[in-house]
Amino acid sequence: MASSMLSLGSTSLLPREVNKDKLKLGTSGSNPFLKAKSFSRVTMTVAVKPSRFEGITMAPPDPILGVSEAFKADTNELKLNLGVGAYRTEELQPYVLNVVKKAENLMLERGDNKEYLPIEGLAAFNKATAELLFGAGHPVIKEQKVATIQGLSGTGSLRLAAALIERYFPGAKVLISAPTWGNHKNIFNDAKVPWSEYRYYDPKTIGLDFEGMIADIKEAPEGSFILLHGCAHNPTGIDPTPEQWVKIADVIQEKNHIPFFDVAYQGFASGSLDEDAASVRLFADRGMEFFVAQSYSKNLGLYAERIGAINVVCSSADAATRVKSQLKRIARPMYSNPPVHGARIVANVVGDAAMFGEWKAEMEMMAGRIKTVRQKLYDSLVSKDKSGKDWSFILKQIGMFSFTGLNKAQSDNMTNKWHVYMTKDGRISLAGLSLAKCEYLADAIIDSYHNVS
Amino acid sequence: MAMAMTIRNAASRRAMNPISADFSLRSMSSWWKNVEPAPKDPILGVTEAFLADPSPDKVNVGVGAYRDDNGKPVVLECVREAERRIAGSSFMEYLPMGGSVKMVEETLKLAYGDDSEFIKDKRIAAVQALSGTGACRLFADFQKRFCPGSQIYIPVPTWSNHHNIWRDADVPQKTYHYYHPETKGLNFSGLMDDVKNAPEGSFFLLHACAHNPTGVDPTDEQWREISQLFKAKKHFAFFDMAYQGFASGDPARDAKSIRIFLEDGHHIGISQSYAKNMGLYGQRVGCLSVLCEDEKQAVTVKSQLQQLARPMYSNPPLHGAQIVSTILGDPELKSLWLKEVKIMADRIIGMRTTLRESLEKLGSPLSWEHVTKQWANTKTG
Repeated sequence: MASSMLSLGSTSLLPREVNKDKLKLGTSGSNPFLKAKSFSRVTMTVAVKPSRFEGITMAPPDPILGVSEAFKADTNELKLNLGVGAYRTEELQPYVLNVVKKAENLMLERGDNKEYLPIEGLAAFNKATAELLFGAGHPVIKEQKVATIQGLSGTGSLRLAAALIERYFPGAKVLISAPTWGNHKNIFNDAKVPWSEYRYYDPKTIGLDFEGMIADIKEAPEGSFILLHGCAHNPTGIDPTPEQWVKIADVIQEKNHIPFFDVAYQGFASGSLDEDAASVRLFADRGMEFFVAQSYSKNLGLYAERIGAINVVCSSADAATRVKSQLKRIARPMYSNPPVHGARIVANVVGDAAMFGEWKAEMEMMAGRIKTVRQKLYDSLVSKDKSGKDWSFILKQIGMFSFTGLNKAQSDNMTNKWHVYMTKDGRISLAGLSLAKCEYLADAIIDSYHNVS
Repeated sequence: MAMAMTIRNAASRRAMNPISADFSLRSMSSWWKNVEPAPKDPILGVTEAFLADPSPDKVNVGVGAYRDDNGKPVVLECVREAERRIAGSSFMEYLPMGGSVKMVEETLKLAYGDDSEFIKDKRIAAVQALSGTGACRLFADFQKRFCPGSQIYIPVPTWSNHHNIWRDADVPQKTYHYYHPETKGLNFSGLMDDVKNAPEGSFFLLHACAHNPTGVDPTDEQWREISQLFKAKKHFAFFDMAYQGFASGDPARDAKSIRIFLEDGHHIGISQSYAKNMGLYGQRVGCLSVLCEDEKQAVTVKSQLQQLARPMYSNPPLHGAQIVSTILGDPELKSLWLKEVKIMADRIIGMRTTLRESLEKLGSPLSWEHVTKQWANTKTG
């Protein structure tokens, strides 16, 4: 997920309480985005009219950007930025995949034109992305049961689906994990889809509260949407095991819920595209109807090009056609048609056997670096910490992020004493960690855990 | 922390069958039974039909994308050069939510003027947007959130997607007279009546130049009158400028309507697009700007625009923005762009003339002067 986005389960974007005075602008008495108008202002001269935007208050700062800004301002040479949700090399530099550079040069040589894509996006991209997700030979692909449209990365794809839910399932609720990527709430709020949380993270075990999760899914009104992270859960790094996925699928089917996968890290979690799609394919194998949002921000490093897709698996090709047409109707008044550049890069990379092979290798390298760093961090913690605390959760977690189990005060200590920048929920991004800094980080974590409460 | 929200029933807005609550009947059938096929987009449908037509004589005059004299798409030289410079760039990290700062700066200069005091005083809240559509949509959502009782006045006719945009933003729409079928020109008195009769403080959508779909623009004098009436009525002017440079061949000239309103002290909003004038259609590059009282308010408004963008797409795409800032930031490339825009505009103006002359030569009893008049306003004002 976007590192610049929220990852906190808590509060800063909740509408603030406002007083209920009638506002001059608009008729709503309690618009959370406007502060109450003060009528005791000095009378202005005729030439200056009061602004329509008087009542607008400053939007809250992004909690993750704040981390990066503070990091930039810190002059201490030991500083470490573990807020970043973007892959970094061992030298802690941004990384543009070689295969992406190749694709761009190819595109430049070919002199492709810049005409509008159709509303649903680049056909070659849509085909490639659905096949990557489900496997080219999967029945849902062969029988054309998937409505796929190109979206603006994960965010945009989630938003299209949310708008479809609002339009066709008025009253239906989405259940999201506690915690989840911070922008999920914003997306459903702005799409006017109600949501509630299912238990997920267990701070006692620094693992999955599986029973809580199943119980909450079971308790939700029939026909609810269940938002699931396909792999590499953000922000915890905690994924269900294959056996647990089976049980999750069982209870969802039992309650006639609709699964809604967010797949932002396919290939990035384990290093294998197929392995990371296992949860999604399990559900597809069962003939269920469900949503999947995809993003190429991390696994192809295409962050800024905003490339992803929304897939709706339907029970028939006819339903898929109709659903696709309605997704287009939602996209058209949002941005008309999606940006072409990132889509062409993906289509070129996936469409060429050699480049596809190179991509897989680079992805394994990136995922491999993260695994190596996890191991080194774990080893450092175990060798330095004599308390006998179980640090194995570091190895059990997967993907870019790790929930350390540190609370807010401890996380603050990490920053204030050790110049380690992370989010207040205890999440660190291993993408921002190098082997060279593992020991230092281990010292910081041990100190914060034991000496701060 | 659980938070449940009540929803407004959106189903009443459209003729649709919301899924019933009786889910137990559904286990073997689809969730999507009640989803009907959406109507074909009126503009794209034309191109689809054109593509399917086998006739060698076919002509596509539905497409709203520039073509050369052979009917082929054009990529500008300045764009190709910009792409060469940025290819294989080692920077692909997320843009800030407000987009490319450099691109936005250059874009504001085009609309407000290179030496605009508003730019100097930092009074403009501006964000990179997903071309014109995205800019209009962000504004519509902003209008809904911060002026929740307001409506939008839209000209008749207008680009069909304007209706979709404000509808999906849940802002009620009204129309105002614009096109005069009898004269194939502007219904100026009808327009002024509607502006006068609208409640004080209404929001109006105006096409800055090269009105889509009619090609009919007010003269400078008419713009001045419109601006004066807007002042008297305290209306808000939102300009959709999708064709700056394309109408007359001169971007400064094409921004005249906006400059008139700025001179008269209006605090306006503007949607700008590089789809046509830089040929960047598929890259989705544009900008939304809102002129505010002062710098503090501009910062506040910008923060709220970003807040609307974040749950829609997080941050805007990089590639097109890089092309724009590369071109506009380099005097040589910028000058090349201005030349190329003039060539495109001139070719179209030439087509108007040729078409009109051909119709007259063929002895048509009807008047075809509107074909060239619809452009002429932009030259003489």
